[in-house]
Amino acid sequence: MKKEKKRKEKPEDQFFNSEFSQGYVQGKGFPGFLHNLSLDIRRNKMLYVFLAIIVTYFIIFNYLPMFGLLMAFEKFNIVKGVFGSKWVGLQHFKTFFSGPFVGRLMRNTVLIGVLDLLVNFPAPIIFALLLNEIKWNPFKKTVQTISYLPYFISSVVAMGLVINFTKAGGVISSLFSFMTGGQSENLLNIPGWFRPIYILSGTWQGLGYGSIIYLAALSGIDQELYDAAKVDGAGRLRQCWHITLPGISSMIIIMFIMRMGSVFSVGADKILLLYNSANYEVSDVINTYVYRLGMQEANYGMSTAVGLFNSLIGTALLLTSNAILRKLTDTSMF
Amino acid sequence: MKFKMKPGRLIFLIIDVALLLFVCFLCLAPIWHMIMASISNPTALNVNTKLVFKPLKNVDWGAYKIILKYKKLWRAYGNTIMYIVCSCALTGLLTTIAGYTFSRKRLYYRNKFMMFLAFTMLFHGGMIPTYMVIRKLGLVDTPFAMIIPGALSVFNVIIMRTSMQNIPIELEEAARLDGASDLKILFKVILPLCKATFAVIMLLTAVAKWNDYFSALLYIPTKSQYYPLQMVLREILITSTSDIESTAADFSNNANVYKKAIEYGSIVVSTLPILCVYPFVQKYFVTGMTIGAVKS
Repeated sequence: MKKEKKRKEKPEDQFFNSEFSQGYVQGKGFPGFLHNLSLDIRRNKMLYVFLAIIVTYFIIFNYLPMFGLLMAFEKFNIVKGVFGSKWVGLQHFKTFFSGPFVGRLMRNTVLIGVLDLLVNFPAPIIFALLLNEIKWNPFKKTVQTISYLPYFISSVVAMGLVINFTKAGGVISSLFSFMTGGQSENLLNIPGWFRPIYILSGTWQGLGYGSIIYLAALSGIDQELYDAAKVDGAGRLRQCWHITLPGISSMIIIMFIMRMGSVFSVGADKILLLYNSANYEVSDVINTYVYRLGMQEANYGMSTAVGLFNSLIGTALLLTSNAILRKLTDTSMF
Repeated sequence: MKFKMKPGRLIFLIIDVALLLFVCFLCLAPIWHMIMASISNPTALNVNTKLVFKPLKNVDWGAYKIILKYKKLWRAYGNTIMYIVCSCALTGLLTTIAGYTFSRKRLYYRNKFMMFLAFTMLFHGGMIPTYMVIRKLGLVDTPFAMIIPGALSVFNVIIMRTSMQNIPIELEEAARLDGASDLKILFKVILPLCKATFAVIMLLTAVAKWNDYFSALLYIPTKSQYYPLQMVLREILITSTSDIESTAADFSNNANVYKKAIEYGSIVVSTLPILCVYPFVQKYFVTGMTIGAVKS
């Protein structure tokens, strides 16, 4: 029943049920549209001035670049521009998919994205749950405040610290060689180490900050439920399973699906700081490749093509996860 | 493990507290380490392989004397502050008028226009096409490239719209009867009631600008006079292309000894201000995160 109601109610209906609808027409096709638009502009002059500014901004900085995606199908020449450059069709895509890097880039992007999701998604939840068990507020507040701190350290500084700590003779590198009895080496130069270092540096930066919303959701759970459970003889573990987790599960689902949508858009900015030619094999992702190809080698057409491929996957993922979200929770982003 | 019984509960709590303290240690130790390392004896620091909890050997301010003389860092500091102020002003203005426009129920086409904006969350042109547009506009290699692109984000507009929607329409109607224009209603009536949301957006913008090095790398890669702080830090910490040691030649003839101490010192100089204001603005971030999550 709920669903039927929802399908019927369109935004327009809401408007026509309100006091502002006088003079507007419903249906009537294009003439109706013109009538409504001119009436809308006459009634809300200032709002249309605002709209003009906002829409212009979005056209310039968001829609023009979309139009610029045509470069992906051209042998783009920066002097001749989008219209003057030679059309090459799908050649860039063919070159990319038959090139030597496609396997490496796809593997790294998927692996880093998925590992990041697997580690850095549950970590803040576990942290929030552990913190929630502490009932002594001063301690809880202090731990919370301290745990947000790394979020305010910029990526450049955080990655600078990581590089410093993992190079030969660095704190982490020395500790590790002390435990295994080997030589202290530059860990970032060892392929097996790059991904753990990248993922864990993300954990360090985001653990406390990511837990904020879960802590907010946890504090919203009705305390009486716990009291009732205690009367019924439920232990702590059962309370956690039957009250705490269901209390934040909708938040967990929403956050998970939102993250799912961006799992393959591993950003270039942090990796660019951390990678070097010794670990390209495990660290180079699509976005860093797009950067190198476009900004350093000025191979604009090809770079745009690879970027387009990546953002199409991103869009598909976002739409899929959004559809799942709507099915499961009746809320959605779009 | 079962925590049903009292002793089990106690063990759990001990482990829990230990874990949380460990997390606190991991968060604080690197920050404390860099502060102490920056004032350590540089020769001792260069051979040190452990976390530094107190200055090694003796307190040595040499690194800071070098950093103080390094004009490039201080100019970048000024640039970053200027970028933050300008970005906040522009973002604040654009987001406010957008939030107002999209929260007015009398606007017939507001949902259509909102969809026009929301589509950009779904699909975007990507790095190179965006670069080309900014280049065509003549913004590349100018400070404006650090301010204008990205000033208006759909996410901020949605937060602002939601906040303004919750203000009773009677306030607007009353102001209109008094003859107030849209501009007056927005800035005198509506905006003062959305102070918290406005503050959150300002704060998020400021932190994002403070951290941003990537736009500089894309749009002003060679214009070092316009570099934000993070770009200079990148030169010192990551790419080791900084000329900071050579500028210190007049200070001491073995400035290279201070290389490590300078790295830590420049981190401290650039991070301490943020860490000092952070406890005061922390609660706004909590509100900001919660607004964002509730909305989505």
